[in-house]
Amino acid sequence: MYCQTISEAGMRQISTKVITAAVKEAAVRANYELGSDVTDAFRAALEKEQSPVGKEIINKLIENAEIARRERIPICQDTGLAIIFAEIGQDVNIVGGSFRDAVEQGIREGYKEGYLRKSVCDPFTRKNTGDNTPVIIHLELVPGERLTLWVVPKGGGSENMSRLFMLPPSAGWKGIKEKVLQTVLEAGPNPCPPTIIGVGIGGNFEESAILAKKSLLRHLGAPNPDPELASKEQELIEEINKTGVGPQGLGGRITSLAVHMLVMPCHIASLPLAVNIQCHASRHEEIAI
Amino acid sequence: MGDSIRLKTPLSGGDVSGLRSGDRVTISGILYTARDAAHKRLIDLLDQGKALPIPLEGQVIYYVGPSPAPPGRVIGAAGPTTSYRMDAYAPRLMELGLKGMIGKGKRSQEVKDAMTKYKAVYMAAIGGAGALMAQAIKEVEIVAYEDLGPEAIRRIRVDNLPVIVVNDTLGNDLYVEGQKLYQIP
Repeated sequence: MYCQTISEAGMRQISTKVITAAVKEAAVRANYELGSDVTDAFRAALEKEQSPVGKEIINKLIENAEIARRERIPICQDTGLAIIFAEIGQDVNIVGGSFRDAVEQGIREGYKEGYLRKSVCDPFTRKNTGDNTPVIIHLELVPGERLTLWVVPKGGGSENMSRLFMLPPSAGWKGIKEKVLQTVLEAGPNPCPPTIIGVGIGGNFEESAILAKKSLLRHLGAPNPDPELASKEQELIEEINKTGVGPQGLGGRITSLAVHMLVMPCHIASLPLAVNIQCHASRHEEIAI
Repeated sequence: MGDSIRLKTPLSGGDVSGLRSGDRVTISGILYTARDAAHKRLIDLLDQGKALPIPLEGQVIYYVGPSPAPPGRVIGAAGPTTSYRMDAYAPRLMELGLKGMIGKGKRSQEVKDAMTKYKAVYMAAIGGAGALMAQAIKEVEIVAYEDLGPEAIRRIRVDNLPVIVVNDTLGNDLYVEGQKLYQIP
């Protein structure tokens, strides 16, 4: 936990220095320490995987996570573009500079001192920015006086295989399933299966993509709190794991570890669908300040 | 990987022709690292009729952009990157003697045809297992394009790097065959 002070106006003050330090630590930890929810999912997958090569790959992913944690090196060399989901309490007053600068300084320091790969470049010249900034921030203002951040390093391989569809409403659940399966099949081995499939439905063009990404923050193995969506997720994961793509796309029963869905209402004319593929190196660290 | 084939680089035509899609291989010797930015520069040099900074005859390129080496290590994490980004460049390099490529993910039909024509193979390392793959890397030296940072060309010495043959010289493709084997209609 981080220290807090209450100002006379009743606003809780949080120093940008606290934010920088927390982001720095989270960026390094996320890249060295794979969550136990993911390694538990690997172990559960081993029970179901029938392909000998697939089993061997999953065992090696478990070993890889152990090496990374023990030897303090990244799980994957692609230590990602840094995505930050932030929920800022309305009664929080950030002092000492801008929020973005504080977060980016944390990423800058974490990626330098943690020997993480700098993977951000200019889209035209392809020149590396050198410090893994800028970061992508999704900010939400919420009631209260807490600041919650999720630091999510996201690799390029799985991001490249993600897709967005503006479906006609007539497509319905059947159309959604077809597009999710199509995305997984077309991606094949490229996004480093076994993957986690983030599905965002509704909202609009950009909101569906944010929902899909945000769904990936959910603890792997935790069911969707909405029973209707939980059953849809189950239906999709069963279909996905019939494709035979398997670990690393070399054939097998476990193409994906889970499907996570987030849904919100949309325009009467639209049925937005975003499919954000997450590789097995599913890294995210939550910080509560 | 008790039943794997042990290969030492550089590879001969015989080494490569004997490999089959699905074979598990451990590679030792020298590999060169390159991603798309480095490939683009190599092709630009060829277009200008200039010499390349690395040899190609019998060589193997590992598609990887490692994370920086922490103190006391030769390299950081070093798993494969997605190979299709090199598809535009790979046939030209095979024509000049490149015998092996290590990466992850599907290759284009043009690349597969070039593997058959020029007798080369494509092997997959485990994507996302960067910490594990790094254990096999013993020496690292930047040989070209240091300005590209993680994308610079490195000459690396590996000891028993574990890979699996995806595309062989006969046109077989483990991604297609493996998936078929486990598909439930």
